[in-house]
Amino acid sequence: MSFILDYYNYWIVVFLMMAGFYIVISANNLVKKIVGLNIFQTSVFMLYISMGKVTGGTAPIVAEGVTQYSNPLPHVLILTAIVVGVATTAVGLALVVRIKRAYGTVEENEFDNKDDVI
Amino acid sequence: MAEFIDLVLLAMLAMLALTALRIIFLKDLFAVVMLFGIYSFLSALIFLNLDAVDVAFTEASVGAGISTVLMLVTLAMTGRKEKQSTHSSLLPLFVVLVTGAALIYGTLDMPPFGHPDNPVHQHVAPRYIEESPKEVGLPNMVTSVLASYRGFDTLGETVVVFSAVIGVLSLLGVRRKKKKDLESGLETHRVLHVVAKNIIPLVILFALYVQFHGDFGPGGGFQAGVIAAAAFILYALVLGLPKAFAVVGPRFLQWMAAAGVLLYASVGLYSMYKGGQFLDYNQLAADPIAGQHYGIIIIELGVGITVFAVMLNIFYAFGSQAERSNVQ
Amino acid sequence: MDFLDIVSSILLLAGVFFGLSGAVGLFRFPDFFTRIHAASVTDSIAAILIIGGLLLQTSFDLNTAKLVFILLFLLVTSPTASHALAKSARHGGLLTLAESSPQDKQESAK
Repeated sequence: MSFILDYYNYWIVVFLMMAGFYIVISANNLVKKIVGLNIFQTSVFMLYISMGKVTGGTAPIVAEGVTQYSNPLPHVLILTAIVVGVATTAVGLALVVRIKRAYGTVEENEFDNKDDVI
Repeated sequence: MAEFIDLVLLAMLAMLALTALRIIFLKDLFAVVMLFGIYSFLSALIFLNLDAVDVAFTEASVGAGISTVLMLVTLAMTGRKEKQSTHSSLLPLFVVLVTGAALIYGTLDMPPFGHPDNPVHQHVAPRYIEESPKEVGLPNMVTSVLASYRGFDTLGETVVVFSAVIGVLSLLGVRRKKKKDLESGLETHRVLHVVAKNIIPLVILFALYVQFHGDFGPGGGFQAGVIAAAAFILYALVLGLPKAFAVVGPRFLQWMAAAGVLLYASVGLYSMYKGGQFLDYNQLAADPIAGQHYGIIIIELGVGITVFAVMLNIFYAFGSQAERSNVQ
Repeated sequence: MDFLDIVSSILLLAGVFFGLSGAVGLFRFPDFFTRIHAASVTDSIAAILIIGGLLLQTSFDLNTAKLVFILLFLLVTSPTASHALAKSARHGGLLTLAESSPQDKQESAK
């Protein structure tokens, strides 16, 4: 049981990462691909935060009577990564909108031979 | 009690996995985006459970707020159905299974979850935990590390956010509308109008609280900027983009985004002028701790301004595109 | 286990019950409007009861004030969200079960 508890978080992270990866490589629609990328990204966040957790620790804000804090460093890295992540997602979505306008579709398999039209 | 919290964590992680699984098989993109919002909220709850309060705060406001709205606006332009794929899904499945198996094999070498003597907790972190309340003088270690120890890194991230808005604007562009825009259906929502008008000032007040209380509790410039942007996005959604443009115009927001980065960088330059290193807040005042406080408040303000302006401007860009495609 | 603890556990349990019943209703009810009725149970009464239960667990300090603020916000926003959702559905032309079912019967009779 303790073996499972020791690695459960990491396994879920791997599962989420692979779910996102699968969506990115198999989905036809570009918006769905971006959702897949976001799932992948969140799984990485989850990995970092899981590593920063200390059993019996609390949030890294100084409080009286607390000696054990969780590791603040992964929190800092991920906090900024989330905001940067949404900014890059926005750039991706903007590209999707432009693709829709240029090609008339956002389905991957319908792009074939469309380059001649433009 | 500890076992119970473990159980909650296990259940929430399993729910997260189920949500991701459902997203794979859904063809209705509207439902996919909604599930993604749920996914973000769930991961925020898990972050909270793993003691990452600041991260949970950011994920809840960014993931469940801004990115869901952006994806919905994109869907309004690209259509809500995913077409059936023509190529087989066996090869991707094979690739994913092999990669996943390799990664699972890799996790077995990881240190067990939550042990205090894991390698991550041995280096750098003890110094942050023990020294930062004395050196920086703030209770919230995340803010100390973010703004002071790793201030240069955060400057870089603010610049990345800033360049993202440059990318979005050069791809889409914001156009000011002269004519009255189409009825979105929201104009007739009298209840929504009244509630939104009363809630928005409170949301902005909360954003300011998060901005300036971030030194002592969870919060800071990133979260505050996103929350304030969410308030204006609510305004734009309920009352229409032209009215939102009248309050904060896109041109003004571009200036604001640049001003935030400039404010951040100029703190660094000023500390160089005072004889220290770049972003060495100890030089800002006679007392090093007071200098740290000044520095952190100013750069957090810069981050907040930039993030607010960038998020809102990105929404404006997408929103005005959606209105344009509605007209066509 | 003093009096406040008992009251707070009763409130929490009632909140959990309403939350669960809302979730069950969301799955079991036949159409959009009945489902939104079930869902709004979760974010109105269940949330109020749970926050009420939590209020009694605090030692009446700053946390109490924060919870009261959350309660007030939820009281205003969640019915508004349900209302906006239902009204948008009407705007989009969705019919309630009562409006659409006679039609179905006629169609099946034909």
